[in-house]
Formats: sequence, C-alpha cells, structure tokens
Amino acid sequence: MKKVMMGNHAISHGATLARVQVIAAYPITPQTQVVELLSEIVADQRLKAEFIKVESEHSAMAACIGASSAGARAFTATSAQGLALMHELLHWAAGARLPIVMADINRAMAPPWTIWTDQNDSLSQRDTGWMQFYCQSNQEVLDSVIMAYKVAEKVLMPVMIVLDAFSLSHTYEIVDLPDQAVVDKYLPPFDYKYKLNVSDPHTYGGLTTPDWYMEFRVKMQEAMDQALVEIKKEAVEFEKAFGRRYDPVEPYMVDDADIVLVTSGTAASTARFAVDQMRKKGKKVGNLRMRLLRPFPFADVREHLKNAKKVIIVDRNISYGYHGIWAQEVKSALYGHSKVPVFNFIAGLGGRDIFPETFVEIVNKVKKLKKPDQELYWVEVKK
Amino acid sequence: MAKDRKKIEFQKLDELPPMVQSQRSMAANPTGSWRNLKPVIDLASCIHCTICWKFCPDAAIDWVDDNPVINLDFCKGCGICAEECPKKCIEMVKEGK
Amino acid sequence: MKPTLPLEELMSPGHLACQGCGAGIAMRVSLKALGRDTMFTFPACCWTVIDGPFPYSCLEVPLLHMAFEATAATAAGIKAAMDALGKDKTTICGWAGDGGTFDIGLQALSGAAERNDDIFYFCYDNEAYMNTGIQRSGATPYGAWTTTTPVKHFKKEAKKSIDDIVAAHKVPYQATASVAYPEDLYKKLVKAKDIRGFKFIHIISPCPPGWKARPEDTVKLARLAVQTGIFPVYEVDGGKYVQTMKTPTRKPVLEYLKLQGRFKHLKESDVADIQRMVDTRYAELEKRFQGC
Ligand SMILES: Cc1ncc(C[n+]2csc(CCOP(=O)(O)OP(=O)(O)O)c2C)c(N)n1
Ligand code: SF4
Ligand code: SF4
Ligand code: SF4
Ligand SMILES: [Mg+2]
Repeated sequence: MKKVMMGNHAISHGATLARVQVIAAYPITPQTQVVELLSEIVADQRLKAEFIKVESEHSAMAACIGASSAGARAFTATSAQGLALMHELLHWAAGARLPIVMADINRAMAPPWTIWTDQNDSLSQRDTGWMQFYCQSNQEVLDSVIMAYKVAEKVLMPVMIVLDAFSLSHTYEIVDLPDQAVVDKYLPPFDYKYKLNVSDPHTYGGLTTPDWYMEFRVKMQEAMDQALVEIKKEAVEFEKAFGRRYDPVEPYMVDDADIVLVTSGTAASTARFAVDQMRKKGKKVGNLRMRLLRPFPFADVREHLKNAKKVIIVDRNISYGYHGIWAQEVKSALYGHSKVPVFNFIAGLGGRDIFPETFVEIVNKVKKLKKPDQELYWVEVKK
Repeated sequence: MAKDRKKIEFQKLDELPPMVQSQRSMAANPTGSWRNLKPVIDLASCIHCTICWKFCPDAAIDWVDDNPVINLDFCKGCGICAEECPKKCIEMVKEGK
Repeated sequence: MKPTLPLEELMSPGHLACQGCGAGIAMRVSLKALGRDTMFTFPACCWTVIDGPFPYSCLEVPLLHMAFEATAATAAGIKAAMDALGKDKTTICGWAGDGGTFDIGLQALSGAAERNDDIFYFCYDNEAYMNTGIQRSGATPYGAWTTTTPVKHFKKEAKKSIDDIVAAHKVPYQATASVAYPEDLYKKLVKAKDIRGFKFIHIISPCPPGWKARPEDTVKLARLAVQTGIFPVYEVDGGKYVQTMKTPTRKPVLEYLKLQGRFKHLKESDVADIQRMVDTRYAELEKRFQGC
C-alpha cells in the first residue's frame, strides 16, 4: 500500500511492521512524531507491545537493554542530546550483544542550541559497537528498520538507523507500506538464546578479568565482520521479498568518473542531481553514497573508487582538530590500496542547506587542484 | 546454572559464549582460606534454634541430622554465628590450633 | 530444629563479600522470600564483585549486571519484556547500593516509582560508596568519617531521607528493614510479592570495613540501628505507616556509634547533636505510625 508520510512516521511504521515488543522512548525535536505515532498505534492495539514512557533517554536505553536481555524485540528513537545522554549505555547494549534497533534523527549538537541537521551526534557514537545505517529516503528508513532487526538478531549486535533532521524526518514522500504477512515471512519472531530465563538461570555482564575480557572483544569484532556478510546477503533477500535493494554503498556513475563525490544521508540525493547536471556538461563526475558506517564496507569503497582520479568527501560533520569523519574513514580504507588524492569538504553543519550548486562549486574547485593544499575546505562560510 | 563445584576452563574461543554469561556457581570457589578464626560448635549445649544459620552471610552453616554444621570449605570466620548464638555455644578458635 | 526461614538457598557460598558483610545477609534472606521465579538487575556496587567473576555467579536466579545509574529503568525494561512475552508472574527486582539509589540512580528510581512499574527496587544501604573505597554518599549519616569526609571535616550533612522521597511518589508498598530481623524482611517480601506496582525495600546492611567495625558485630549493629531509632523499621502499605519492629524505649545512640571506628572522632557534644537529630526525626516519623 502506498502512502505519503514523513520520515518520522516511516520509522514508526517500520517498527510496527517489525512487531517490536517493547518500546521505551523520550521526546526530543526532531524525533517526537516517531514516538507520538507509536504510542497511538500501541494504545489502539494495532501493535501488541509495551510502551514505557521513560523519564530520560538514558532510561530509554536502559529499559531497552533490560527488555532485550529478557528476550523481547526492543526499540527506541532519539536525536542529538538524547543520543549523547545514552552514550554509556550504547557501549553496554553492544557489549552485552543485544540486538536493539534505534532510530537517530541526525541533529547538530549544542551549544549553541539548534535543532537542525548534521551528523556529529551519530558519528560521535562510532566506536560504541553499534551498526549504523545512513538513509536517504523515507522508504529506505522504513525498510531499514525491518532489515536491521534481521541482521541484528543474526549477529547479536545493535543497529542505529540514521536519517537527517527535517530534510527526511519532516519531509513527506511516497512510501510503500509492505504487507504485514510479507514482513512476517521475512522477519521471524525474535528467539533469543541468551535471554534471562528462570528455568536456566545465568548471570550476564559480570566482572571479567584480563584473562577473558579481550576474547569477548574479539567476538564483537567477528560479529561485525559477519554483519557485513549478512547485510550483503540481506540486500538480496530483501529485494526478493520487497523489490527494493540496499547495498552497503550506492555507486552512481563512478565507473568512468574522474572525480567521485563521496556523500551520505540526503546530501547524497542532492549530489546525484548535481552529478547529472555536470554530466550533461561533459564533466566525468560520479557519486558514492555511504550507507554503512559500521560495519565499514572496506572492499566496496576500494572497488568503487579504484578508477577515480580524485576523490572528494563531503562531510556534514567535523572532528575538531582533524578532518570530517567520513573522510577519515574513507581515507583509511584507501590507504595502501590507492594513491588517489582525497579532498575533504565540510558542508551543511547545523542544518545549513547543501544545494546542487554547492557540489558543482566543490568540483570546480577540485578540478583546479592537483592534490589538496589544505587538510579540509569549509563550504560556503562567511568570510 | 550448573552447581558443579569444579572450576571451569575454556580452551578455545569457540567455547566461550558470545557475551559474558556465567557458567558455574561460585560454589567452585572455596573461601575457607580467608579465615583466621574458626567457629567450633558445642553441640551438647546447642538448642537447635537456627539463629547461627540464618545470620551467616556466607550460607556456610548446614543442617545435618538436625544439628548445625559449619561448612569449613566456605566459612570466612566472621564470628557472627558465635556472637548471635543465644547459648554462646559457638567458640571462635584460632586457625591451626 | 524449627527454622524461621526456608532452608533452600538461592545464593551459593563462595561469593566474594568481606567477612561479616551485611549485604550478604540481605541478599540471602531476600532470595528465600522471592524464590526461583525471580530475576535481578544490579548496577555497579559491592554486589558486582560479591557475585563473582566470569564465568561464575553466586545467584541461582537470572541476573543482569548493568550500569551504575540505570537500575530502576533496566528492571522496568525487563518487566515490560516479561509482560510482552506473557510471563508476567515472574518477580523482577532491581538491587542497588545506597549510592546507586540515593544519588546517581535517583532519577531512574523516581521515574519508575512515578510510573508505578511493577517491580521491586531494593536498596541495601551500607551508607557509603564501598565498592570504590568508602567515599561519602547521600546516605552517609551526619558525623561519619569516609575517605572523602576525613575526620577533621567529618560529614556535616544529614542522611538523605530516601524513604520520604519514595513515599512522595505514593507507591503501593515500601518498607525499611534490617538484616538483624530476617523474619521481618522475609514477611514483608512475601506480602509485597503479591502487590502490583512499585515496591521499594530499604535494608540497612552494616559493612565492617566501611564502618570500621568488627565483622562479628554486623548483626548487633543492624539491631542497634533499629533499637536506637537511627533506622526505624516500618512499612508503608497503601499509604498506611506501620512500625514493624517496635522500639518503645530507645537505646542511646552512643551504644551504636561507639562500636564503629567511623564515628571514633566524635566529641561528646557531637554525639549529643546526633541524639537530638535522631530524636527529632523519630518523633516526626512516630506521628505517622498507625495501629499496632
Ligand atoms: C557512571 C559511573 N560512575 C562511577 C562509577 C564508579 N562506581 C562503581 S560502584 C560505585 C559506588 C557504589 O556505591 P553504592 O551504590 O553505595 O554501593 P556499594 O559499593 O556501597 O555496595 C562507584 C562510585 C561507575 N561504575 N559508573
Ligand atoms: S563464622 Fe561467619 S562465615 Fe563462618 S559460619 Fe559463622 S557466620 Fe558463617
Ligand atoms: S545459634 Fe547456637 S544454639 Fe542456636 S542452633 Fe546455632 S549453635 Fe545451636
Ligand atoms: S565492603 Fe562492605 S558491603 Fe562491600 S562486600 Fe565488603 S562488607 Fe560487604
Ligand atoms: Mg553503599
């Protein structure tokens, strides 16, 4: 069934179709509609689930950890300050190997107070052990929630679904709502082998000495390696079931491109529009959209950037005193595999729009340079 | 959970659960060596009131044939049982004597 | 032999509590009342260590170790999952120290109490952050030495009245208890198990190293805390206050204080101050006690 809906409601519908059993959430702009719709759906008993209206995001994640440990499919959604407040428990969820799924609406971090988009909130959680899927359409958001549980429950690691504030969260698009029966067939109920169980009692997460701690970290890394395999497998399986495909990265006209723009989130759609315009003028430009931050798709990135003469990474985020964060990631994947010069541009922080012309200007600037003459370039900032 | 008193050793990574999950009871960890003083019960004066038993923080007093018996594998020698015995029939004696 | 508590042990020996640990008694007795159809979550606290290192545990019921400040919310999450899975008979318990309850976990505690989540919240109170080496907490009483309230600057603030804070949430059941009165604790838990909603159980649990007391005095101290009126033992059942361990004649606080090195530095006048504070507090509470 096709429906016009905002990104936030796509999340709620995704969670409903995934038959989540426990929801614990706390409101924050621009996430509120996610929980508002879900509380309505639960109250109307269109979804059989417990909804805990917690007193903070910290407790939201704590409740999800408790619920998931007890064997329920757990869900939450948040943004920026709320995500940061959860930080300790993000490590906990991953370290405890709980397949929790959370949506994060990318909002810039305060101060100063802001509600508009950039990626510093989710990227700051890079090393917590959560998978991160960056979406560019409301359809992808809905589909990703469903797919996320499939992958998470296979490898026992949590997933964060990431989408831009307002440009997705509050933007209405046509979304195909899959049939519940099809979703049920694709995503079986959560059957957690390690759940808290009075008939087979165990203790979880207890004190662990240096004799053992590292082995559990090896297992987390192995789970992430396995996750990449599963994600690729699910790209195919999901397409079979729903007719839509989501790969770890999405290349667009990269094969013969001299310059490839690497982007993520909604900026990727804008970049593709700019690529079309530039192609019309005979410029050999392509776009590589990054969907996965973790597990990082090393091989795909290397493959799709192997023919490029120049790589431009446009980051809607920054690691102060270093580069944009995607630039660090992509560069380190290329190191030792490619000598291609990599240019890093920082654009669109705190919700500043990124236009197709922005990409055209970036490409024009890079065309004049043989290699970067600065560590990073700020885009369209007041001088 | 297995009540096995044996210590557990994993040989290979594959044998470990994916997360830190207990496999055995702490009953595999005798704490008797913590003790400096050892409770000795004079059963002749004992009135079987179970007071010593109920206060032991280490669950180290068992009942055998209606008598309190100190489990010396685990008793840490805190002396609560002796202190609380209404008949004062538990004596704390120096270990090794 | 007629034991006053069930013989079955759900806490194994071999755990890592210090000699004479009051928190050990608190858990052992509570498990006897709660039974096997029970699940726990612990925050960071002494019990993180007492339980034993991987791959061991001294509990025979499921236990989820969790972050320091998250106890009540975690228990609420477990409970929601059990409800969703149709296993709503299982008793879900958070079990935290005083630091995890009075201080860092207070927000989550208040949230769960206000929502009236159907869980037990236990606070075993040893009146300081013992796991990290005896630092002051909001539960440390006036006059006490801790490593962050050295004798020259002993704690000048009164113990936070956590029971009143919880009572302000009008929860269906709350009680204080002392490890010196296991039958009283047992009875309360057996009764509360059948009450739906938030249940708060606050247990005074002496800590020999943290209180600089002799390990054999643990039960005696837990008894004196009650007999002096320093830690009155009562329940609030549906708003009704009932003193379950009566103290018609209260012993002087000095009897309690003098057994503990953490109060050794106190002058006579300090002890008199403490006696006055205890009297005032007791009188205030006494007015709330009903019936007999
Ligand atoms: C967020 C956080 N801050 C600090 C700590 C360190 N810490 C662990 S246990 C503890 C004190 C616990 O005190 P309490 O709750 O009274 O329990 P007790 O150790 O006395 O049994 C502290 C400060 C932590 N684990 N997490
Ligand atoms: S001395 Fe302490 S540990 Fe030993 S039996 Fe007596 S009470 Fe238990
Ligand atoms: S407390 Fe004393 S009298 Fe009572 S059972 Fe124990 S040893 Fe016997
Ligand atoms: S420090 Fe105190 S509370 Fe902690 S284990 Fe030792 S005696 Fe028990
Ligand atoms: Mg404490």
